[in-house]
Amino acid sequence: MTSRWFPPVVLFLVLAFLIGPFLIIIAASLSAGETLAFPPRGLSLRWVFKVFTVESFQASFAVSMFLAIGGTLVALVLGVPASYALSRYKLPFSEGVRLVVSSPIVVPGIIVGLALLRYLVIPFQIGILPALFFAHTALILPYAVRVVSASLNNLRSDIEEAAVLLGSSPTGAFFRVVMPNIRGGILAAFILGFVTSFNQVPVSLFLSGPGVRTLPIDMLAYMEITYDPSVAALASLLAFMSIGIVFLAERFLGLSRYV
Amino acid sequence: MSDAYLDLAGLTLAYGDTIAVHDLDLAIDQGELIALLGPSGCGKTTTMRAIAGLLRPKAGRISLDGRDITRVAANKREVGLVFQSYALFPHLNVFENVAFGLKLKGLPAREVEERVGAGLRSVGLTEFAARRPAELSGGQQQRVALARSMVMEPKVLLLDEPLSNLDARLRLEMRAELQRVQKASGVTMIFVTHDQAEALALADRIVVMLNGGVEQIGSPEEIYDHPASAFVADFVGFENVFALNDGKLDTPGGAMALAEPPAGVAGLAWRPGSVALGQGPHRGTVRGTSFAGSTREYLLDTPLGVIKAEADAGLPVHALGEEIAFDLPVARAAHLARFG
Repeated sequence: MTSRWFPPVVLFLVLAFLIGPFLIIIAASLSAGETLAFPPRGLSLRWVFKVFTVESFQASFAVSMFLAIGGTLVALVLGVPASYALSRYKLPFSEGVRLVVSSPIVVPGIIVGLALLRYLVIPFQIGILPALFFAHTALILPYAVRVVSASLNNLRSDIEEAAVLLGSSPTGAFFRVVMPNIRGGILAAFILGFVTSFNQVPVSLFLSGPGVRTLPIDMLAYMEITYDPSVAALASLLAFMSIGIVFLAERFLGLSRYV
Repeated sequence: MSDAYLDLAGLTLAYGDTIAVHDLDLAIDQGELIALLGPSGCGKTTTMRAIAGLLRPKAGRISLDGRDITRVAANKREVGLVFQSYALFPHLNVFENVAFGLKLKGLPAREVEERVGAGLRSVGLTEFAARRPAELSGGQQQRVALARSMVMEPKVLLLDEPLSNLDARLRLEMRAELQRVQKASGVTMIFVTHDQAEALALADRIVVMLNGGVEQIGSPEEIYDHPASAFVADFVGFENVFALNDGKLDTPGGAMALAEPPAGVAGLAWRPGSVALGQGPHRGTVRGTSFAGSTREYLLDTPLGVIKAEADAGLPVHALGEEIAFDLPVARAAHLARFG
């Protein structure tokens, strides 16, 4: 019978295709040779150290960090009140709002990028950095709304009324009894948003321009000119950073509860 | 303004266009323990939310302690509310939950600590101060909610179905606890319930509500013995309820003339225990019988419709299908001022 060996083989192939490239990149980044190659020629950490000396990487890393942290914060400032309104009030257009808010995840990034470039950046002459910031905020917003909504839905709404009857103002009740109880969800949304923004390629590709690039776009540009293993080294470092963040989030917050 | 402590005058409450309570008048004295009793949808919870300030009246006035509070915000009313779900703050421990309102008042830390300590002692939860709500049983959570409201020394304490989430044994315990707290503090207490036994056992006065209006207000004895309407009679266990028209009892089997019909009465109602079995002008067939401890209940098919009767359990048992004589003595009937 085929069914006995079929599932494990499929499982092995899936894992091989998922994890394989990652392992190849790690191996390639430890190469001592001059060009990106697998299997690596010799072992060394020289390309890992080289990463930190490339000036454009430093600049684009700063841009990416700025977009990931700033964009996520703005998305949360917009997303937390939106989630609150969606979960607590029966609004006439709440389904429509939910749909619009989550559309950036549904629509392919390449279309979002092109649309933003063609209909926002070019006609209104918006700067590269503000355009990137706007795009990243919009991309993170759906995650913020979904994750925060999930933790709001687990929270009874009558505790706010209880707080009000104990003398708190309605606004005070939100900050005193709602916020502390959705802190975990907000932190989870922050991490998810950060990782999403940092790894974003298609939208950033359209909106990057002279002098301002996100790190992934900069890596692509670098590789077109210089075919050395430092890109692989940088990719490995970023992958470990993402894994580390998600691991810590799962460990301390139970991230998977919210996603 | 009337001189009642809490006065609801011409109160109309609505959710959107749906009128939930219509033109309600209710006067409550200081220190009373009031039950708002009625089936779901009668407007009792809505009335309670309006008193708390969580719902703004469409029309009418609410005054408390000589002050018109109709437009006063919920957080400035000095009205406490124990929610049906308790609504404890999950991120705070028991002490912090009870201290929440006191801290907002800006009381010095020492006074907060003293009053929370006294509050927890009064509900027997001193050793649970450091626990989170999730680590408490339902009964304990309710005590915390009660203490949290009581330490604020509210002018009126509202309780939404305070016993409905508890099991039978805890319910008795909590009932006694509520009575004790109310008598000890003298706080004016209003609780909402759909359970007539609970209202009868606990309240000084019962407000029976139906379809957004007051059906009857009275002491438990008055409500139990002298229901004003067919609805109240049915609600407090009068199983045999008939309208009275021109001295004739209106039964499913047709009008039945009474020898000495009482005047000015819209209906008559008998508890099962008031039906005289074994003698009388009427005859019925036993359709069902059930043993209820000290009594035995009978369901009779009669020309007057189905009659529910009750006899001492020590008496000989009437078998199913047996035909027995019975009477509905007018002297033992409750006189209903209104029918329908």
